Amino acid sequence: MCRLSAITSGEYISPMENVLSLETMKEGHDGSGMGLILKDLGGEFESFKKYPILSGICSKSGMKELDNFMSAAGFKSVHSWHPKIKPVTGVKLRDCYFANVYDYPDEFQDKSITEKETLLLDTRLKLRAMGQEDESIIVFSFYPDILTLKEVGDPLQLSEFFGLDHSSLKAKIILAQGRQNTNYAINLYACHPFFIQGYGSMTNGENTAFVPIREYLTSRGFPGYIGYNSDSEVFTHILHYTNKVLGYPLKYYKDVITPLKKEEIEGRPDKDFVMYMKMCLRFLCIDGPNCVIGFTPDGSCFMVQDAKKLRPGVVGGVPGKYALVSEQCGLNSAISERDPSTDIYPMRYDMVIVSPQAKEVRVWNQLQGWTKTMN
Amino acid sequence: MEPAARLDQNHELTLKDFPYIIRWRDDRCKRCGRCTAVCPMLSIFPSVKAKRTVGSFGPVPNPKVERSVETVVKQSTNIANYCTGCATCSLVCPNEAIEPEFNPAHKFLTHKNTGGHPYTRGGRRNDPLVSTLDRLKFTRISMLTDPALDAGRHEFRIRTYLGRILPPDELPIIAADDDRLAMDKNSTKFIPPVREIYPVMIGSMSVGALSPTMWEGLAMGITYLNEVEKMPVVMCSGEGGMPLRLLKSRFIKYFIPQIASGYFGWDEIIRALPHMVEDPCAIEIKYGQGAKPGDGGLLMAHKVLKLISEIRGVPTGVDLPSPPTHQTKYSIEEAVAKMIQSMYMAWGFRVPVYPKISGSKTAKAVLNNLVRNPYAAALSIDGEDGGTGAAYNVSMDKMGHPIASNIRDCYLDLVKAGKQNEIPLIAAGGVGKKGNLAANAAALIMLGASAVSIGKYMMQGAAGCLGDENNRCNVCNLGRCPRGITTQDPKLYRRLDSEKVAERVVEIYKSLDVELKKIFAPLGRSTELPIGMSDAISADDPAIAERLGISYVC
Repeated sequence: MCRLSAITSGEYISPMENVLSLETMKEGHDGSGMGLILKDLGGEFESFKKYPILSGICSKSGMKELDNFMSAAGFKSVHSWHPKIKPVTGVKLRDCYFANVYDYPDEFQDKSITEKETLLLDTRLKLRAMGQEDESIIVFSFYPDILTLKEVGDPLQLSEFFGLDHSSLKAKIILAQGRQNTNYAINLYACHPFFIQGYGSMTNGENTAFVPIREYLTSRGFPGYIGYNSDSEVFTHILHYTNKVLGYPLKYYKDVITPLKKEEIEGRPDKDFVMYMKMCLRFLCIDGPNCVIGFTPDGSCFMVQDAKKLRPGVVGGVPGKYALVSEQCGLNSAISERDPSTDIYPMRYDMVIVSPQAKEVRVWNQLQGWTKTMN
Repeated sequence: MEPAARLDQNHELTLKDFPYIIRWRDDRCKRCGRCTAVCPMLSIFPSVKAKRTVGSFGPVPNPKVERSVETVVKQSTNIANYCTGCATCSLVCPNEAIEPEFNPAHKFLTHKNTGGHPYTRGGRRNDPLVSTLDRLKFTRISMLTDPALDAGRHEFRIRTYLGRILPPDELPIIAADDDRLAMDKNSTKFIPPVREIYPVMIGSMSVGALSPTMWEGLAMGITYLNEVEKMPVVMCSGEGGMPLRLLKSRFIKYFIPQIASGYFGWDEIIRALPHMVEDPCAIEIKYGQGAKPGDGGLLMAHKVLKLISEIRGVPTGVDLPSPPTHQTKYSIEEAVAKMIQSMYMAWGFRVPVYPKISGSKTAKAVLNNLVRNPYAAALSIDGEDGGTGAAYNVSMDKMGHPIASNIRDCYLDLVKAGKQNEIPLIAAGGVGKKGNLAANAAALIMLGASAVSIGKYMMQGAAGCLGDENNRCNVCNLGRCPRGITTQDPKLYRRLDSEKVAERVVEIYKSLDVELKKIFAPLGRSTELPIGMSDAISADDPAIAERLGISYVC
């Protein structure tokens, strides 16, 4: 089972806080990988907030190919970040880890955000296709104010490897997951968290409904819903589909992935809509076991359980800083100064949503509505 | 000299030519005559034989001949009275003196077309081989990475939808407030009616094809399941209408009236419409049946007695053939679109209407049309292993398409078009043929069916139908059903207690529910039906695996 640690804060924090939280939760052989997504970046990226950041891993030849492709596409390099690699036993060194900041091509300067998002997604998919065969180009995300790091190995060793403890890399929202996917072949693309157009998520379970969901998503005709290397990647895309494509408020993500029974829906004030939504998004129901933690483009973070509630998850913190983690000890490590009696353990009907800048925590219950607020 | 005609035996059949040979034991038989009385085919009859015994009594050999006449049971070698192997004789024999034995070397098929009339029968396809569905097994088992569920204690939701489902981007919705959505009441968009039902439904078997006691038993069974067990099992009426008092009752919501090309019973249904207190679950329009694709229905004259003629609105004692197609329509647009819309209109657009077709390569073309018809509520496909009340033997044995690949092709077509949740597919034909009802149903769901329809299994499970895939019994067409399931003869259907049938229907569904959970739980599924979860199944044959797009295991 994967370890999850997400921290959302009003101030910039270091990813080391997440890594130490993962280390606290570590058990047994939890060392097969780590993924990090940083959103709302500080440090050297603070001044580049409006520019898209391309993060990934390349071989030497792949890097050259990538540079050529990006300049031919009209992207102008604004800044480039490379972690200061410190070789560590057990972590295989690749040629080039990077996060490149680009300015949009001239013809896109005045385009709408939707058109820019389409361009970024399209570019990322092209790069992915270019390097897929020989793994010469591995791209995780291409979006403004988002940076992604992934590698196979033990999270603590990887933080040493990437020099995170000395790095200026900081962000207000950081999602970290320890351990790779175990169900299919180990592949960097299969490593959580996943990202698409401002939405990111990770999970600590296995998705038994993967094949029908994958077929449903890929048949929507949206270019980004492709190439699933992990059964859990679909959770991010379901989030994107319901919140962005269909325009449903975030709380309905819970109703989509874990729909209520017909009798339970009867008590909802929005029962007509929920009933139809349950039917028309039937294929997106997850059957778990999963605890999903994610964020949306506005900076809201959430935690949601599958209907069986077979995976742990806890949310806690103080105003201005909250952590959403898979185990209590991880929360103790991340935010020790909080009052543990206020911790929230979301149950099968609950969705915990932390507002942008970590100002407020609210619990949405499918049967009872908004039930609890912390601020 | 004796004429040659008397010596020529070449035009007579021997017992070895018949599919079943009666094994009668002289020493056990007490000559009660019950076996000959119950034989539906009159294959056995009481007869006499002359017996010559030579004996000797006294101190010196003194042989004497004694002649006697004894009563025996004989098997007819008349082709019209062939033994169907139903074994009703052995059922009534008090001394276990008689039973039919299957003769694998029979030559029945070469002799059966007497008088220029091809052999007709009721029942099922005579193929005793293991079906594709029985060659599938569930191989994706949750173990350590995701814990398996406890089938006995975990909460399951085994339900499906019957009805056209709008894609999410076509739902007329508005924001009721900041974070709440609602259906737009002012929208003129047609939102098709949808029912939540149990995924295994009882398929179309008509009042007429079935005896009154059998049909009543099924009807009582599903009513109990709905009202007491809270399992929304539904049942299709088959062509031929329904009893008037059922049409006007609140129980009609558990039934799917069928309209077929004979339109039998529809006068009564239309007359009952203004008096209906509830809507039916759905309306099924029959275009074909899997056991005899491209062929019409037929209720033979000897089954059209008073009750049936009243329900169907026809004279008694006449054959009731339904043509292979709806005679007033000549294209798919008319045959399907107009008819579906007319039916919707009859119930104020509140009842889902869907067509039922036979499994065929053209099923994909039909589906293609239905996908583009906003009113089509589902597509029911009946595979070749389905049963029928009366058909030509050649149709049943040699016509048709197996359901497994047909449903898979159709589902994958829907996936390709991104329409897989919009039009439910109902699979039928040979589900539970070898008794594995839950496994077959679950496999079809994983191949892409939203629901499964069963018929023969209910006859066998709930009423002890004697038929099998070795041409056993199969006299449904003659109205001589030895169990009283498919007959209108009160002497025969009195053998069947409708209360007992209802009891068995309930038992079957409750057991089925447990078995489905025993399949879904190890796969880690509990909240939704695993429609299209093709990674969960594997075939033990590489060709089957390749054809169905699933994995091969050996």
